[in-house]
Amino acid sequence: MEHRVRSPLSEMDVSRLSAGDIVWLSGTVYTARDKAHQRLGEVKFDLRGGVIYHCGPLIRDTTVVSAGPTSSVRLARYLPQVLDLGVRCIIGKGGMPGAAELLRGRAVYLAYPGGCGAAAARSLSVRGVSLPELGMAEAVWQLEATDLGPMVVAIDSHGRDLYREVRESAEKHLKR
Amino acid sequence: MRRPDVVEATEAVLCRAQISLPGWVVRLIENALRRERNEIARYHLEAILNNIRIAESDARPVCQDTGLPVFRVEIGERCSLDFDLWEAIAEGVRMATGKGMLRPNVVDPLSRSNTGDNTGPGMPCLIVDHVTGESLRITAFPKGAGSENMSFLGMLNPADDPFEYILKNLAERVSNACPPVFVGIGMGGTFDQAAALAKRAIMGVPGESEEELLLLERINGLGIGPMGLGGDTTALGVRIERAFCHTASLPVAVNLQCWANRRATARVTEDGWSIE
Repeated sequence: MEHRVRSPLSEMDVSRLSAGDIVWLSGTVYTARDKAHQRLGEVKFDLRGGVIYHCGPLIRDTTVVSAGPTSSVRLARYLPQVLDLGVRCIIGKGGMPGAAELLRGRAVYLAYPGGCGAAAARSLSVRGVSLPELGMAEAVWQLEATDLGPMVVAIDSHGRDLYREVRESAEKHLKR
Repeated sequence: MRRPDVVEATEAVLCRAQISLPGWVVRLIENALRRERNEIARYHLEAILNNIRIAESDARPVCQDTGLPVFRVEIGERCSLDFDLWEAIAEGVRMATGKGMLRPNVVDPLSRSNTGDNTGPGMPCLIVDHVTGESLRITAFPKGAGSENMSFLGMLNPADDPFEYILKNLAERVSNACPPVFVGIGMGGTFDQAAALAKRAIMGVPGESEEELLLLERINGLGIGPMGLGGDTTALGVRIERAFCHTASLPVAVNLQCWANRRATARVTEDGWSIE
């Protein structure tokens, strides 16, 4: 099933998305990776209903040049704090171990195709920045998305995690 | 040979590698899409091919992780260099960064402070070969962290099956390496030789030996698929480079490269430089 959604997201918006669905997202997204997650309390934006994009963009002046996802696995340890700030959607790649239980009833994880920074950049424009002293890749960029996608609902808010299913099936295959 | 030619050639190949993938890489992805049966995997492969077209038409980097500046440098035996080659290549990297074609990625490993220009002690990383002829060949291989972080090395027991070791580790790690990937394997030698061979394997084109093709089939049989979300396409190619090793050891190193297998080459001579 395909969905077009707009941030900020409500609990209902998130609940409608099921693992395997395709999503195109418009509205505000906030980039955050390792350093920003260590300093979440200092981010000046209101993240309630918000979208966090695991991304360290390449930006020239104030233009987004390339902006695909970074590996979410490094950021899994911060997920409880991120959800406590009211974030409803995380965009990344590769999934987050242990996320399915934390996201249940609260938020959803979308997979943007890794490495597709050129295509993503066409859908994103810069609105603002927080923690610019962290540098281009690590700052929190406030970006306006227009039909960012296609993204796959990889971990939904009902407990389904496609990465886990694929990994378990691969492990079973190895034991055969 | 003139230093400014080396600087310009370095900047040019590094920028070109970011924007345009080699034709054989694109064809491997297109062929994978033809064979792929999983719907989500097809979505991803189509998005990847679309992204490659956009990068080329907009002249923007394929991926925002414009990588570490890694170069293979082939120095002809009759090539005369009266300047510091590493420093000239570093200047080319700084120029490419200044043009906004590279994200500043290079940091001190402990303080994590970013130099801002993609150079620092030990970076750029040069892999040097001495060859015949009178020219200098510079190939840029920008290396992203997603696939580099998922690479691995094991000092196996000679009785271990290296292919089982590789498959088991790939099953755990490859979904974070932006699959479909290229798998570069270094087998044998010493601890450090195995890692260097794995890097060289990634710099080559996929191999077609029986062992390489069988391993490719077994990796794709895992069903991990593009971006780890399931499918028939987990790897696009495997290459194994080997060195003889001690009778008591079996070093195995695996260097992963995401589908964005970026590279570009220039040749520098006494008369100037050109992209190959």
